[in-house]
Amino acid sequence: MKSTLRFAVPLIIFGVIAAFLFKGLNMNPREIPSPLIGKSVPEFSLPLLEQPETQITDQDLLGKPYLLNVWATWCVSCRAEHETLVQLANTGKVDIYGLNWKDESIKAKAWLRQLGNPYVANIFDEKGRTAIDLGVYGAPETFVVDSKGVIHYKHAGPLTPQLVAEKLLPLVEKLKQEG
Amino acid sequence: MTLRGFCCSIVLLMGVIVPISAATLAEYKFEDPEKDRDFRAIIEEMRCLVCQNESLAGSNADLAVDLRNEIYDMMQSGQTKDDVIGFMVDRYGDFVLYNPPMRPSTYPLWFGPLILFVIGAALLYRAIRRKKQSQETNLSEDEQHRLASLLNEKSNTKDVSK
Repeated sequence: MKSTLRFAVPLIIFGVIAAFLFKGLNMNPREIPSPLIGKSVPEFSLPLLEQPETQITDQDLLGKPYLLNVWATWCVSCRAEHETLVQLANTGKVDIYGLNWKDESIKAKAWLRQLGNPYVANIFDEKGRTAIDLGVYGAPETFVVDSKGVIHYKHAGPLTPQLVAEKLLPLVEKLKQEG
Repeated sequence: MTLRGFCCSIVLLMGVIVPISAATLAEYKFEDPEKDRDFRAIIEEMRCLVCQNESLAGSNADLAVDLRNEIYDMMQSGQTKDDVIGFMVDRYGDFVLYNPPMRPSTYPLWFGPLILFVIGAALLYRAIRRKKQSQETNLSEDEQHRLASLLNEKSNTKDVSK
């Protein structure tokens, strides 16, 4: 009994370490938990991409749940997820607002003409100051926000149809029911 | 290339490289030397979120430059080191700090090694004590006498041979 225990203990320790290391292999170091979950979208007042003379604020977005998608033309993954966004917008299930991050307005408008425009409106954050308030560290990032402006979920990295179907839409539905 | 040429090019290269790396942070000037110290300490302690193994001070990523500027502006407008750290943690979480704060979720990090050390020390202590005890108790009185006499014999012969 005692001798089996003596062999078992290092084996168990090894098992625990191996399990942690194995889990670490499959973890994404870019997925940083956002401290903004459960908090309101930060205040901002920024021009619209398409109508730079008009300002849009965080208050204008309230009323129903929406997605806030951070994108830029210099961001390769944004191009990869764009098709998914267009498809999602076509279903009409949720409003998508774009935060055009540290971009050039001419390029951004050309991109939307060329690839389609899934956004209800595009907030033009040329300096990236609002993106800092949102804790953005890389595009694309997508926030799920409820009708009162509280952030419920954040995804860093390109959206996939699978993620939209399994995570975003169920969450949006839930938020719609909660009002 | 001759040795002299080589040395010359090294010196020339250094002339180019050193000012560049110095220039990136020299642009941040403070009148108050204490603020200057604080500023440099903060950006050394903060992780750049784009290149995760670089500090804000060492990174040339776009976001790192923006955040350095933001922190500089905050400190110039009179905010303290704690204000700046709060600002960053509110947005990017504890992840930006190279030095994790003490709170329930980080207790394992802070106290784990200490607990492991205590457990290890306790096990070691127990093992040593048990060994000692087993040495003391395993021999009967007769055997101990024999052992003592044998040891004496040995040390005696040693003494003789000296």
